[in-house]
Amino acid sequence: MTIQEALFTYCLRRGDDNLILSHRLGEWCGHGPQLEEDIALTNRALDLIGQARNYLQYAGQVEGKGRSEDDLAYLRNERQYTNVKLVEQPNGDYAHTMVRSFLFDAWHLPLQQALTRSKDDQLAAIASKAVKEIAYHLKTSGDWMIRFGDGTAESHQRAQRALDDLWTFSGELFATDDVEAVLFAAGIAPDMAAVKSAFDSTVQSVLTEATLKRPMDAYMATGGRQGKHSEHLGFMLAEMQYLQRAYPGAIW
Amino acid sequence: MNSPGLFFVHYLMIINERPTAYPIFANIKTVAMEDLKLEELFQAKVDAELKIEPKDWMPEKYRKTLIRQISQHAHSEVVGMLPEGNWITRAPSLRRKAILLAKVQDEAGHGLYLYSACETLGATREKTVEDLNSGKAKYSSIFNYPTLTWADIGAVGWLVDGAAIMNQVMLCRTSYGPYARAMVRICKEESFHQRQGYEIMSVLAKGTPEQKEMAQDSLNRWWWPSLMMFGPSDANSTNSADSMKWKIKRQSNDELRQTFIDRTVQQAEILGLTIPDAKLKWNEDTKHYEWGDIDWAEFNNVVAGNGPCNKERLVARNKAHDEGAWVREAAMAYAGKQAKRKAA
Repeated sequence: MTIQEALFTYCLRRGDDNLILSHRLGEWCGHGPQLEEDIALTNRALDLIGQARNYLQYAGQVEGKGRSEDDLAYLRNERQYTNVKLVEQPNGDYAHTMVRSFLFDAWHLPLQQALTRSKDDQLAAIASKAVKEIAYHLKTSGDWMIRFGDGTAESHQRAQRALDDLWTFSGELFATDDVEAVLFAAGIAPDMAAVKSAFDSTVQSVLTEATLKRPMDAYMATGGRQGKHSEHLGFMLAEMQYLQRAYPGAIW
Repeated sequence: MNSPGLFFVHYLMIINERPTAYPIFANIKTVAMEDLKLEELFQAKVDAELKIEPKDWMPEKYRKTLIRQISQHAHSEVVGMLPEGNWITRAPSLRRKAILLAKVQDEAGHGLYLYSACETLGATREKTVEDLNSGKAKYSSIFNYPTLTWADIGAVGWLVDGAAIMNQVMLCRTSYGPYARAMVRICKEESFHQRQGYEIMSVLAKGTPEQKEMAQDSLNRWWWPSLMMFGPSDANSTNSADSMKWKIKRQSNDELRQTFIDRTVQQAEILGLTIPDAKLKWNEDTKHYEWGDIDWAEFNNVVAGNGPCNKERLVARNKAHDEGAWVREAAMAYAGKQAKRKAA
């Protein structure tokens, strides 16, 4: 695998994670638990779609076949999407939505912080912009974990259940393969062990304050990076891609 | 301060608010207040184009009219998020998706300012929202129509926001200070939305024959409901007279509707789309367009709750509110615990 091939896949993964999570958060728009939260969720969705566009544009450029951000977002199928399974999980209740974001953010921040030091200038530039946004995401999702855990008996129970349900999807965030290895050797992608250690420390401190229990590291779901997704993704893409598929070649 | 009348009103306000600071005027104040009843003072301020602020005395009916109007406006922003949010997951490009997300977020922000403006009049947010959810309060009927195609997102921006702006520009000069100031900010964002909507229509109108047909179909469906947004014709408008006297409103429903039609017809011509009104024609003498008959039976029917999406909208709002109850309770409980810990 060449560096160029690895970099293309690496950008797709970053773009797909952000796009799919942004899409899920966008489903909340107009249906949030209160107006302020509706605005906060949309903000998060907007940041993520902005980051997704940066990655997909760069992926197209690295690939060199003239594919645009929209070609990559709207004209790839389920098996070609490379996001982790965590981000395609349905919104569930607000605890599920926030736990999903918290796990993602606790991984996303140290990953992007490390990427600001990437030897690839474009990745470093994208990451430099993104870290400011993600630091805020982690602050707010962490705050909700604490409010839920240390709020009412009901909110504690809902947050713990969501954490127990979603924990199995956290392992995939740190999975490494040839793509990661090639880019790590070239100084382009960071050491995932260091990212994992930052994730563990954030989770530990937030869960302690939230009086929530960290689930046991049992079976961890994988497959998203290889395009082997849950059944949820197909429906998301069917919805997202409908106009582009129904009217091939049309400009919107 | 350029007229003796205005000066007098200003002076009355000062001695009314801070009589002890002006002992020399204390006697005059008593006399003046006897002569000028509170309502006359209020009306004099309105006539002198001074803003009424939350702590000022105001007629109870003025307060009630404002609460009704501002809360309806807030509800319209919030319910309006539903037909537009309906296309966020299906927006046809990442750019369009981001723009639509930002737009619907703006509407939520408008809802917030307006609920806050309502609170300055003594209407709590909980009660105001409860009135929406119970079906007691109204919101703009236009949001009871469905967004069936992507072109509807263009039409809503172009026509619905376009019609709303006519009202809102007028409201930037409304007599109640907090409402006027909220409107200044809202207008800036709404005019941006209108341009975005028009741009969507413009791309479709220049696109494939199917896209152009989608744009025309959308205009056909949204045109008449957009005209209805200005409310009943002046002859049948029950709330208008007081609102004009109090300068809550400054132009009549029909005047605003006329301005909207005159502008929008030209915009449709540029797009190459046809306004669905066989009676529409330019009147050289009045320099205005004449238009056909609005189907007020349809309007009344939708206001009465029988529009295509009235039930869905209220179900969605209630569901969000009910399912969010435990989240709001958790936030309150945690804040309470934190306050206790700080105090300890």
